[in-house]
Amino acid sequence: MTLSEFKSWAVRFQSVLALSLLVLGLSLATDRFLTVDNTLNVLRQISINVCLSIGMTMIILSGGIDLSVGSMLALAGAVAAGLMKNGITLDRFGVQLQFTVLGGIIAGLVVGTTLGLCNGIAITRFRLPPFVATLGMLSIARGLTMLWTGGFPITSLGDDFGKLGTGYVLGIPMPVCIAAVLVGIFIVVTQRTRFGRYLYAIGGNERAAKLSGINVPKIKLMVYALGGMLAGVAGLLVTARLDSATPNAGTGYELDSIAAVVIGGTSLSGGRGSIWGTVLGCLIIGVLNNGMVLLEVSPFWQQVVKGAVIIVAVAIERANRNES
Amino acid sequence: MTVDASPTPLLAAQEICKSFPGVRALQDVQITVPAGRLNAVLGENGAGKSTLMNILSGVFPADAGELLLDGKPIAFRTPREATDAGISIIHQELNLIPYLSVAENIFLGREPLTPLGFVDRKSMNRMAAKLLERLELKVDPRALISSLRVGAQQVVEIAKALSTDARVIIMDEPTSAISEQEVTALFRIITELKRSGVGIIYITHKLDELPQIADDITVLRDGEFITSVPFASVTHDEMVRLMVGRDLADQFPKSSTKFGDEVLRITNLTVRDPQHYDRFLLQEISLHVRRGEVLGLFGLMGAGRTELLQAIFGLYSNSTTGSVVVDGEPMRIDSPAAAIAAGLALAPEDRKLEGLFLPLSVAANASMASLKQTATYGFLSSAKEQRLAEKYATRLRLKTPSLRQQVRNLSGGNQQKVVLSKWLATNPSVLLLDEPTRGIDINSKREIYTLIDELAAEGLGVIVVSSELPEILALADRIVVLSEGRKTAEFTRSEANEECILRAALPTGKACA
Repeated sequence: MTLSEFKSWAVRFQSVLALSLLVLGLSLATDRFLTVDNTLNVLRQISINVCLSIGMTMIILSGGIDLSVGSMLALAGAVAAGLMKNGITLDRFGVQLQFTVLGGIIAGLVVGTTLGLCNGIAITRFRLPPFVATLGMLSIARGLTMLWTGGFPITSLGDDFGKLGTGYVLGIPMPVCIAAVLVGIFIVVTQRTRFGRYLYAIGGNERAAKLSGINVPKIKLMVYALGGMLAGVAGLLVTARLDSATPNAGTGYELDSIAAVVIGGTSLSGGRGSIWGTVLGCLIIGVLNNGMVLLEVSPFWQQVVKGAVIIVAVAIERANRNES
Repeated sequence: MTVDASPTPLLAAQEICKSFPGVRALQDVQITVPAGRLNAVLGENGAGKSTLMNILSGVFPADAGELLLDGKPIAFRTPREATDAGISIIHQELNLIPYLSVAENIFLGREPLTPLGFVDRKSMNRMAAKLLERLELKVDPRALISSLRVGAQQVVEIAKALSTDARVIIMDEPTSAISEQEVTALFRIITELKRSGVGIIYITHKLDELPQIADDITVLRDGEFITSVPFASVTHDEMVRLMVGRDLADQFPKSSTKFGDEVLRITNLTVRDPQHYDRFLLQEISLHVRRGEVLGLFGLMGAGRTELLQAIFGLYSNSTTGSVVVDGEPMRIDSPAAAIAAGLALAPEDRKLEGLFLPLSVAANASMASLKQTATYGFLSSAKEQRLAEKYATRLRLKTPSLRQQVRNLSGGNQQKVVLSKWLATNPSVLLLDEPTRGIDINSKREIYTLIDELAAEGLGVIVVSSELPEILALADRIVVLSEGRKTAEFTRSEANEECILRAALPTGKACA
């Protein structure tokens, strides 16, 4: 392999390389890192971020951004929890509706999808910049979560629902399985479907996409709705894992999600990137967090390191892009 | 009026070379500007004029060659260094900040300061007023740029150049967007500037402007230096010949012209300006195209050529009236999707901005408008996609290392072929081509001409919009001329000649008898 071949190879697999070095380094530094338990632990921790980041990747690929995922996660989880535990009373009709676990799950997904759809409508119909529309939703959904819960956690949701967060399938934690299935589905969606191709097209050149006959508003509506739905999934997982829907769940998660997408090599201006890269981004962040905990690095330093990693990752990506 | 050429010119550039990925933009180009003279740089689109100006004004460096200022070698790393050395450029697209005042724009980055380090508005406004007075522009220096007409904004740019004590001013097509009155004012200012010893490089397409201002002309063609001579020593016809070089129109062989049924009929198409509803972009345009026919659409800037193509493609859906019939079927004029479904295809003027997905592969670009063909139940098949892209790559003689190549790495001519592939894949009845050879080198141009001819011969109806008359004359079987949003003339290939077409295109022109 010549030097230039090595270089282009290193650029292409930069995230894999970074992750491998990280894993290697941590394995040497502490014998508590490379164990089955700790590996599953890391995977479980990142599964929430993976769910959010799948949606975020697609939205960023299309040239947008979604700042409201954390709040949508909280509201979806809270609504699902509230309905499962207390049901809902419709005074006007004098009925009291009870929700099964499945009903609660569906409700949570519907809430997420609806909120995402609202983002999409604000962006396509009222032509708000995605940053502004979803910044508004960040506040709205958080406020609605507070109203719905009255500011208190909704707890004790039952074992059936709890399995979603704490159960195992073939020895692998349930949230990890769910995240893995979603990753598989959405890799196919982005790489192998018309919808996926249109995401890249719109992010790559929205005007050209329109001129190619692509229904740009429809695709955008769909991608924000999907983003909301995936935030809903994440909300259910968080709620099930903790057996509690807390009103401030997911606060700040949008930043971790954007960080994972960006570290994974997806361009913030849209049109370039992949779900696979984002998964690597989530893994890098997850391993880094875990490693620093194991090495007993101060939590304050952890934040500093995480921020620096984001900046360095993007700087390397930029430099390489300008070269090629 | 002319000052004798001093032995050392103010600014001289020698053997300038510059390449961009896939394109050689300049090859051994030279230009000199003596004090007090205006050197008009002439050349067709893609001749390399703008590249040369960007090098002279420090926007990017040359790959090779030498710049001499007052006979001394000099190199600019930034536009600021060029400005400091006394070279100012007025770009075609004005670089003013709309919500700052006239004075703030003039002194942007060089604001006069009070002893305490704050911006000294009073003296800034006073100095600006003085400059504006010299240029006879009657506006308040405190007025916002956004409140000025384009012509006035241009004068502000000149004021900005003067405020830097520019000794060389480069003007890139300054008259392309301003009114006749404003042109007169501009020319008076230019005369004034020359008298005060400023050297001017003036880029233009409009040869009829030259007698009033030009001292020398420099001709570029396809990135090469052709000649530099005193203006008085050449005739209009000679200049045109120098610019065009081999006469493409004469050399281009058109295949036999057998026309089939009518494939497109536009009747009374009227388009209002979406921003100013009382203004018209196009008024009552009617025309038709037959299968196998190439219709040339000519007009000056602002005549409505591009708007006509965009309107029937559904981009002015809320302000278009009239009817469009494709293959005998009336078409809904409401979106590109409807236009594509009806059988239209539009290769836009600005490939990079409107036609291509630069980060995506050749295959992805080529299949983008016809994913229904390469997908089953919404799932793409890369084999089908590859086959489709291969088919058109072969057909259009596309040169690319692989169909997986990002289109950003292809040359202009090959990029245009990718755009054409995208549209041919939709099986259109009518191909709308807006400036199909803009920014493409001469050999690729001929190839694109041949392709257009072949496609028509295969039974497509084609409309070609071009601002280059030789191109229209070479390609078109019939020519429709637009002026200020109206159709002013129509010629068959045998009737058409440059003069009649130009007359019909000029707003005040009289038609040929």
